[in-house]
Amino acid sequence: MNPGIIAVAYLGASALFILALGGLSHQETARRGNWYGIAGMALALVVTIVGIVTANYVLLIVALVLGGALGYYLAQKVEMTQMPELVAILHSLVGLAAVLVGFANAVEHSPAYVGIEKTIHDVETYIGILIGALTFSGSVVAYLKLSAKVGGKPIKFPGRHLFNLGLLLLAIWFGAAYVEASAQGAGMTELVAMTVIALVFGVHMVIAIGGADMPVVVSMLNSYSGWAAAAMGFMLGNDLLIVVGALVGSSGAILSYIMCKAMNRKFLNVIFGGIGSSSGGGAAAGAAGDEADIKPIEADEVADLLKGAKEVMILPGYGMAVAQAQHVVREITEKLRGKNINVRFGIHPVAGRMPGHMNVLLAEANLPYDIVFDMDEVNEEFPNVDVSIVIGANDIVNPAAQEVPDSPIAGMPVLTPWLGKTTIVLKRSMATGYAGVDNPLFYKDNTRMLFGDAKVRLSEVLQKL
Amino acid sequence: MLIGIPKEIEEGERRVALTPESAGHLVELGFDLEIERGAGAAANFDDQEYEKSGVTLVDDPRHLWRTADIIMKVRPPQPHPELGFNGIELLKPGQTLISTIYPKQNPRMLERLAERGVSAIALDAVPRISRAQKMDVLSSMANIAGYRAVVEAAQHFGRFFTGQVTAAGRIPPAKVLVIGAGVAGLAAIGAAKSMGAIVRAFDTRPEVKEQVESLNAEFLMLEFDDEDGSGEGGYAKTMSPEFIKAEMDLFAAQAAEVDIIITTALIPGKPAPELITERMVVNMKPGSVIVDLAAEAGGNCKLTERNRVVEHHGVTIIGYTDLPSRLSNQSSQLFATNLRHLLAELTPNKDGQIVIDMDDEVIRGCTVVREGEITWPPPAPRISLAPSEDIDKEAVQDLSAKEEKPAHPLAFLVPLALAGIALFGLGLVAPPAFMGHLTVFVLACFIGYMVIWGVSHSLHTPLMSVTNAISSIIVIGALIQVSTDNTVGMLLAGLAIFITAINIVGGFAVTQRMLRMFRK
Repeated sequence: MNPGIIAVAYLGASALFILALGGLSHQETARRGNWYGIAGMALALVVTIVGIVTANYVLLIVALVLGGALGYYLAQKVEMTQMPELVAILHSLVGLAAVLVGFANAVEHSPAYVGIEKTIHDVETYIGILIGALTFSGSVVAYLKLSAKVGGKPIKFPGRHLFNLGLLLLAIWFGAAYVEASAQGAGMTELVAMTVIALVFGVHMVIAIGGADMPVVVSMLNSYSGWAAAAMGFMLGNDLLIVVGALVGSSGAILSYIMCKAMNRKFLNVIFGGIGSSSGGGAAAGAAGDEADIKPIEADEVADLLKGAKEVMILPGYGMAVAQAQHVVREITEKLRGKNINVRFGIHPVAGRMPGHMNVLLAEANLPYDIVFDMDEVNEEFPNVDVSIVIGANDIVNPAAQEVPDSPIAGMPVLTPWLGKTTIVLKRSMATGYAGVDNPLFYKDNTRMLFGDAKVRLSEVLQKL
Repeated sequence: MLIGIPKEIEEGERRVALTPESAGHLVELGFDLEIERGAGAAANFDDQEYEKSGVTLVDDPRHLWRTADIIMKVRPPQPHPELGFNGIELLKPGQTLISTIYPKQNPRMLERLAERGVSAIALDAVPRISRAQKMDVLSSMANIAGYRAVVEAAQHFGRFFTGQVTAAGRIPPAKVLVIGAGVAGLAAIGAAKSMGAIVRAFDTRPEVKEQVESLNAEFLMLEFDDEDGSGEGGYAKTMSPEFIKAEMDLFAAQAAEVDIIITTALIPGKPAPELITERMVVNMKPGSVIVDLAAEAGGNCKLTERNRVVEHHGVTIIGYTDLPSRLSNQSSQLFATNLRHLLAELTPNKDGQIVIDMDDEVIRGCTVVREGEITWPPPAPRISLAPSEDIDKEAVQDLSAKEEKPAHPLAFLVPLALAGIALFGLGLVAPPAFMGHLTVFVLACFIGYMVIWGVSHSLHTPLMSVTNAISSIIVIGALIQVSTDNTVGMLLAGLAIFITAINIVGGFAVTQRMLRMFRK
């Protein structure tokens, strides 16, 4: 096929991908955006298969069909509460693909490159494989953590910073060695060694992060999978890959930034710090109130409160996902809205284990998205709210972030239900949240605690309504 | 412990410190209750209802003063007009008096209570902090006074409050000016507004603007940028002479225009500021009404007479100080509820034994005499007003942020310059093809940056799954290499195609599934 036609088709695909991401800025256009993405991908695939591939069609078609069928099956089967796991495992596939493509390219030793071009090409290959391998192993660990196949707690080895630094230096040394060896047509050993190092690094990095920091990790891996694609683009001299990689890379980077901002933490601190290890964190995390100030409440009283309210705000957290309570929440919402009570949802950017996790869960339970609001949209409304219900959330509704200057979470933006008339907190026990900081909200005068499994207790409330 | 409730003896006082409802709650807290026969009659509470709630009726108030462990009253003790005794004289050590006392205005009363060796809790001295709101009788009474002020004004005003167009002609709405938007002022605004008047409000504290506007009234502002009238505990403070001058000009202009003025301006422990001069009264339209809620403290209007309705220059000036008592049933209910909350606070073990915990900010604040020792005034409260504190904090944070970054105005150029030098160095050695790709890469990063910021927070999960799908564009790389003769390369590429196909289809399909669930 004419190279010009291929270039034009790639340009069209790039534009379609940009439109796909742009479409996601509004609910109304989001589905159209997804179709743009599908169209872009189809265009790129067809043009490449028709225009560039010259042999091995059988292998190609079989791989495409089998992989596609498997992907479709996974997508239909996954529970919405498992979305973080699915996203993590899909990231790992991008990383693995990058490694494979990189090696496939390296074994060929294309004679087209000489001199400085050869060096640049080798460096591109090396970096592409490095990012790919690290994305792969990091995502696999993230998947295992999110699906609770390994413990969610951060696991930290002594001297891990030195270890990381050592891995980095080794990777650079092998990089130099690879470029030298590659010029003589060898270098496979160095490449494999580096891949192992990158795999170890990915595991080591993600295993030290856990719990509520997972949204940052997931979006960071999202970003890496993009950079891996971009590096492959450089290696192959293919602008489409570069454009898409850059789009995805910056998308993930921005998501990480938003998540860090929502926790008032620095990115490097999340990746290399871990909240428990910050100095003085433990000392400031004393009890925030007197046990006697905790006021438990029963389901029928909650129902009465809700029936008497005009404005109700529901603030879900990861606990709602764990208890699978979103459907009961929807039924309560419908009942209350039937009584002309205005029910809204306030979503903190880091609620859950993935950016936007709560929105997806609520959408799955058939809740209309126009009553689901971002933190910034609802925070000013709380003085007019009669009843706020906090479902399985802790740090994101912690007044200590605003009131206690030396708290480990000081300065983190939080939802402020305590400014409303009454807050009901659904919680299994008085245990602290991920940050290990006690929550003064539980001791406030206008807070009532409904202890127990969120789904069970909310079902009781629903019956009394 | 036994709580005794004598009948109020102040002339015109119709309230009572206990209602049958609050009595039930106090019995639950473990108290025994005795009330003077007929104490609730003026507030429409029958003696039988009290008996039903477990209260014993007593004929002689002297018996109550002598035997009850706790005396609960609305007004401070005073000589009995018929029986000729003063309750204070009958008290002995161990007893506790709970009533309004006004310790600042009444130092003599504190001394007499101390001489008797009793404890005294002044309801008017409950600190104005959010935790103590449920015990704050001043707020609940001010609320009633504000409402009643409008009713009194309507009584003496010869026209409608609301505007109408009738067959007999057009009726203009009344214009009401409320000075001081505290609890009483806001209640007055709400009542006047609901009767259909045009309401304006003035206050020296700018932070109440929002509250006034939430009641659909107009907030009159003075253009003084740096002067904030907020004082301690939510009250206003005295203002500078320039401010007062501007304020008086505003009132003079308003007086000529409005029909009704309700003044509520009080500064704690000081005579009420004089805001309405005789000149302004002269300028008001005949038939206008002034209700002066500060009459007890001397009045905001020069011509106000305490407890009387007078007419000057065709303007009716109402100086009642017993407005809450004029809604005696309602005010007794709120008063008794405030008292009940206070007693609940004083009875931590719910065993009918009060504990005066001087470490508790609220109880410390309102305990003015403790076992014969004057404990008033309390130490300064730790916090004045939550909002202002927040503002301070923000200001402090802003300052510290500024101190951290004394950035040179051109400092941002440094990374740019470094990047420029690096690119220049790269440009010297790199082949043109590479530079072309780099251009595409950098521009795409910027496009991604711009586009992604527009993505709605609620769509972040679909965003991740769709970027996941499209980052599998790596499949192109695999496709380019699949046709190679090198078997290893071919197999690697084939495997990569298989993996990316999972990702492409899976990513798009799950995104589609999620987006279908989002509905209006």
